[in-house]
Amino acid sequence: MDNKLSPKILVFSTEKISDPGIDQAGLKKMHYAPSVYVISLPCSSGIKPRWILHALESGFDGVFIAADGHECSYSSRCAEHTNTIVESSQELMKAKNISPKRVRMAALCSVCAEPFMNHMENFGKILSAIEE
Amino acid sequence: MKKRIGVYICHCGGNISDYVDVAELGKMFHKEENIVVSKDVMFACADSNQKDMIADIQANQLDGIVVASCSPKLHLHTFRNVAIRAGLNPMNYVQVNVREQCSWPHSDKPREATVKAAGLIRAGINRVIHSESLDNIEVEIKKSVLVIGAGVSGMKAAIELANNGHEVFLIEKEFSVGGHVGQTGKVFMTGQDGRQIVDKLYQQIKSRNNITLFTGAVLEKVSGSLGNFQVEIKVKPRHLNAANVNQVKVDERMTFIVGSVLVATGFDHYQPKAGEYGYGQFPQVITLPEFNQLMDKSKGELMCQDKPVGSVAFIYCVGSRQTKGENKYCSRTCCNAAVHTSLQLKEKFGNIRAYHLFRDIRTYGKHEVMYEASCRQGDVYLKYEEKEMPLVSAEGKQLLVKVKDYLTAKKEIEIPVDMVVLVTGMVAREDSTRISEHLKIPIGNDKFFNEIHPKLKPVETVIKGVYIGGSCQGPRNISESVQSALSAAAKVNTLLSKDTISVDPVIARINPDACIWCGKCADVCDYTALKEVEAGGKRIAAVNKAVCTGCGICAPVCPENAIEVAQFTDKEIESMIDGFTTQFDIPERQQEAEESEQDAVTQMKEYPQVWKEILAGMTNEQNTIPQIAENSKLSKELVTWHLMTMNKYGIVQPARMDEKELYFYYKVKNH
Repeated sequence: MDNKLSPKILVFSTEKISDPGIDQAGLKKMHYAPSVYVISLPCSSGIKPRWILHALESGFDGVFIAADGHECSYSSRCAEHTNTIVESSQELMKAKNISPKRVRMAALCSVCAEPFMNHMENFGKILSAIEE
Repeated sequence: MKKRIGVYICHCGGNISDYVDVAELGKMFHKEENIVVSKDVMFACADSNQKDMIADIQANQLDGIVVASCSPKLHLHTFRNVAIRAGLNPMNYVQVNVREQCSWPHSDKPREATVKAAGLIRAGINRVIHSESLDNIEVEIKKSVLVIGAGVSGMKAAIELANNGHEVFLIEKEFSVGGHVGQTGKVFMTGQDGRQIVDKLYQQIKSRNNITLFTGAVLEKVSGSLGNFQVEIKVKPRHLNAANVNQVKVDERMTFIVGSVLVATGFDHYQPKAGEYGYGQFPQVITLPEFNQLMDKSKGELMCQDKPVGSVAFIYCVGSRQTKGENKYCSRTCCNAAVHTSLQLKEKFGNIRAYHLFRDIRTYGKHEVMYEASCRQGDVYLKYEEKEMPLVSAEGKQLLVKVKDYLTAKKEIEIPVDMVVLVTGMVAREDSTRISEHLKIPIGNDKFFNEIHPKLKPVETVIKGVYIGGSCQGPRNISESVQSALSAAAKVNTLLSKDTISVDPVIARINPDACIWCGKCADVCDYTALKEVEAGGKRIAAVNKAVCTGCGICAPVCPENAIEVAQFTDKEIESMIDGFTTQFDIPERQQEAEESEQDAVTQMKEYPQVWKEILAGMTNEQNTIPQIAENSKLSKELVTWHLMTMNKYGIVQPARMDEKELYFYYKVKNH
């Protein structure tokens, strides 16, 4: 991906599940766009919609939630909770004329190095194609 | 707000600085007003640097530190301890991952990697500016443990804990101990009888005064938290005999206090649905555990429905690997169990023909020898696929199994057999949900209990003080179950060995001014950590500090934004986002050649004496090893060995080969 065209992506990952997967991508020297930044949290169900909005209003082109899904060690309803957060965020985004496509969620596990790379590439393409 | 911050940016040898201009970043942040110390260091984690950091913190009265190095998973606690040793609250330290999430994945774009690293460090500085000093929560530990489940895993864990001097309460819902192993005959590899194994463990339990065993007992209620769980159990009535059969026997309830809980509740066998491969429809179709019991009871000849058994078809993966069903996982023990049974069948009853209808044979590890033995004894293996499952039917009293064998070009084969054995997998205990509700430990989609991390924290749960072991975590064999239960026992032992334990202060907290108690936070909390309380004349939510896991699930659902998790506050997260989007003007990195030339002169003083001698011996533009050895009066072997190291560090470099192609010419690099 040409860095000039690489959209700026904020990834919310989780300390125990997706963060090790993202670290593993680095460990394996897999290359993804340097415009991808990661904030690590205990659980993807703890992301506040206002953080997502703040990121999009501060210069990020998209927010990617690396959700714990069924592997979450805190709640079996984690995917459900995280999905609600995405929906709430999209409502806030619509009110500010921000495309709901700018937030995306997918489950990532602790060894998901390659899926993470693919998600970043695909999300980057989606963001590049958005016209507002 | 922190005003005296120290920033340390690690080269990590060259793992970071080969791609990120670490030296430039160190200089750049040093110019900022509230940054008192900004350094680039070769190895931040090195003892010498840790000592320097402590000196810096104390001499400059730093109130926050940022270390930009590797993943926090490696050195978070290293630098938290540095902060503690320097007298700084460890929560005022932030680690920034510029290796796994910057220099390594962006090694192809060093310029962009440097810009990204600047943003990451800026975010770390912003975060530490808003970080708060938090003290760990000290919890007193009661020196006793509840072990739930007296199968081999629970029994073995209880014995180990008792051997370490702890009081153990062992509860078993059945009236006998031993679980599934107690109903098993010979086990692989030792050939021991399962009942003997259980009996041996039971005798050990009886001989220990600090184990109290309750059979017919179930967990009824749990309150409290790490170090002080109040447990109530219900013990079912027993000893009914002719004399007291008319007496009204009631459940007995008991309570005790324990410091920790170890769950080893095991598994259930998958029970086939009515009609699944003819189960319940034909009496000759039974499950593998039922078949093992039949073999165990039979003597001389194996009989089924008053007829001698001459052939048996084993159908594998019943209740496991269901693409469209509930159990998507492989039960991993059933292939081994079926092959082992087949060997026992021949050993005990002679020439009974065995057909194995499998999807994939997974006799992993040492069990492979059983599979080889089974093949050698003439067992027939036929491979089917899930899309074309075997069909079980009957013609009169004759059972027929029809299978499309993928090993013989999908040839359809019909086998008349006397019995069909369904090789059933493992499922979570029927009461796992009830236990999960009592202890608040999470269960997965497969209904087995979830550990924090299958590799890094394999027996810990998110509930502090509650550990899991054995096959309640997922399918595993006896040996693996005992290993996992003993790991959990070791964790419990570590916990109970202390009088008090420090608990991470990263938990939720309520803003009482903003809270209006709507109850939404309590609704989503699986741990009942949030309760309604009266405060300042109004009803608000309060957090039970000992129970809260700090997951933060309660925070986004609060309509008043009255909940934050320590270390993950709005200010911290939003200021990090601001840090990422800061624009940096970073000059191009200088040519390494210029730096190397300068470094070679400055670092010459630190070279070992032998290197100096070798360099002195390199009198020509190009030198072979014998020439250097002669000039420096050193042996060729020693010169060869050191040149390799000096080449690695870029001090010398091999040039072309000599005319006879015997030796490389070496020259001093960039000199």
